[in-house]
Amino acid sequence: MKSLHRSGGPRQKSRIPWDLVIPLIPLLLWLFLLLIFPHLRLLMLSLMKRGQKSLAEGGIFLGNYLKPFQDPDHLFIRVFIRTILFSLINTLLTLAVAYPIAFYVAKVVKGMRKFVLLVLIALPYYISELVRVYAWMNILRETGFLNYLLVDVLHVMSQPVEFLYNTASLFVVFVYSSVLLMLMPIYSSLEGLPDEQLQAAQDLGAGPLATFTHIVFPSSLPGVTAGFILVFMMNVGDYLIPNLIGGKNNLWVTEMIYNRFIVSTNWNLGAAYSLVTLVLTTFVVWLGLRLTGQTLRGVFSEQ
Amino acid sequence: MLSRRGAQRSRLGRKLLWLIYTLYVLAFLLYLYTPLALTSILAFNDRDIPSFPWYGFTTDWFYNPDFGQAGLEETGGAGNIGTGATGGRMGVFNDVKMMNAIKTSFIVAVAVTTLSLLVGTTTAFLFERQRFFADAALYFVMMAPLVIPGVILGVSILSFGNSIILWLRGIFGREAIRPIATLLRPGLFIVVLGQFSWIATLATMVISARLRRFPIVQEEAAMDLGANRFQAIMNVTIPYLTPAFVSAGIVSFLLSFENFGTTLFLIGNDPTLPILFFSRLRFSITPEINAVSVVLMAGTVLFGGIVMGLGQLRGHMSSGG
Repeated sequence: MKSLHRSGGPRQKSRIPWDLVIPLIPLLLWLFLLLIFPHLRLLMLSLMKRGQKSLAEGGIFLGNYLKPFQDPDHLFIRVFIRTILFSLINTLLTLAVAYPIAFYVAKVVKGMRKFVLLVLIALPYYISELVRVYAWMNILRETGFLNYLLVDVLHVMSQPVEFLYNTASLFVVFVYSSVLLMLMPIYSSLEGLPDEQLQAAQDLGAGPLATFTHIVFPSSLPGVTAGFILVFMMNVGDYLIPNLIGGKNNLWVTEMIYNRFIVSTNWNLGAAYSLVTLVLTTFVVWLGLRLTGQTLRGVFSEQ
Repeated sequence: MLSRRGAQRSRLGRKLLWLIYTLYVLAFLLYLYTPLALTSILAFNDRDIPSFPWYGFTTDWFYNPDFGQAGLEETGGAGNIGTGATGGRMGVFNDVKMMNAIKTSFIVAVAVTTLSLLVGTTTAFLFERQRFFADAALYFVMMAPLVIPGVILGVSILSFGNSIILWLRGIFGREAIRPIATLLRPGLFIVVLGQFSWIATLATMVISARLRRFPIVQEEAAMDLGANRFQAIMNVTIPYLTPAFVSAGIVSFLLSFENFGTTLFLIGNDPTLPILFFSRLRFSITPEINAVSVVLMAGTVLFGGIVMGLGQLRGHMSSGG
């Protein structure tokens, strides 16, 4: 009985609101030690010369941000633009591949068949990205399945060809590894569209195209935005696919960051690369949310 | 007359369109499963090179009972089907490094899952139940890992850990801080922290979503019956959250076990399975890698199936109630 109406009760002993303090401590440790301070440290590193001990000692140095422009081959700028451009193209490709499937699952099949189809589509995505990318290497490499099929079985070609390490294979595997991130949000928003509304449109004489542009697509727009953001982010931040499938001709920002931090260590330059990438992805996400009036939580709970 | 033929033609056209549509869906499923199926088949191929054609069935690439005894029983052993000497083949379960990597991944995943569930629960209660100074700002930071690429989370934590070492060294000297320095250098401790930094966000979201639906009157009823706040939460609210703990737990475990991007920057001398897998892959492709892939697929599909089953069950329960 003593704890009845505890908050605000006159016999309350401790003034410390434990139910606020106890959960606040782990949260603050997490946010400050693992997110805020590390990113501030990254910012500091990016504003210092290589070997500089602190900002107070040598002042702010912008060279890490200017260096990409001063490089004779503009390597980082080229890689940065490629990463963004390819990620955008891939996001559109993924949309084109995923949309008909999402519509099929949401509106065409019903009952048990729908459930089975959903499980079949979702199941491969629980498998590690590394395994899924590696599985494609088994198909595309010079001694892989595709060459076996074309050379030894079908005799279409006389010599095996390396299908890995080019832009086309990069896109095939990128779409493969991101299609579910696009499919699920679109599926959920189409799921909410009542069948009667489609029927009504057709009864009123709308053709398939008009029904699509006036009813289906607008109602799937939240899902499309969510999918767009998820896939774009996943693509820009990916390391495995550009590295294993894209090869040396398709260098990615994440690989350049890795090289600066691990291979030929220049953390200051690597920090600048990281922050530029972070600012870009955040901006794209913000723009997507702003244009469609959604929240980040909404986008991720569609998953 | 003409219109009837036109209608007939359009009906035919529509049928053709549906056929194409259905074929597209089938082609999509083929696209999803062919790479995985081929990799699984190769894992059982009785050939020392990991490629087709099919030479016969073997489980050597998973476990070779004759491993390390090459050449001892050349004459007609039952295990010697197919081409070369079976004795030299190393299966996943013969491979000490691989087994250690699986163990390491497992330990890391258990630690990350436990931490994420604990902090996810307290954080969910905090944001769902309390209003406090700067709560919106903290919520914003808590959600930030969703838009930060894992690679960048990795480098930021790597640099911060290093800067703490340098700072402490300046104050206490190199020797005094050695134990802390080993923790903050690349290694399993910092891998756990790095993975936790974003997996906890997802755990929080899953638990929050369920907590939001909890009818708070039940907690008040328990308190009216004499339970204190803590007892009410432990006996009423926490059991209600159990499904969320299970799905958040499984998702956290899988994401941690499979993590590559963040871990790549924080790993020390003990590789997790994805890191070892990757470095082996860069070196050379072996049939054993196919077998590891199958082990991973089997494990994750099992876990994933449980998550989806739970989701389906929950869907039925909520639509029934």
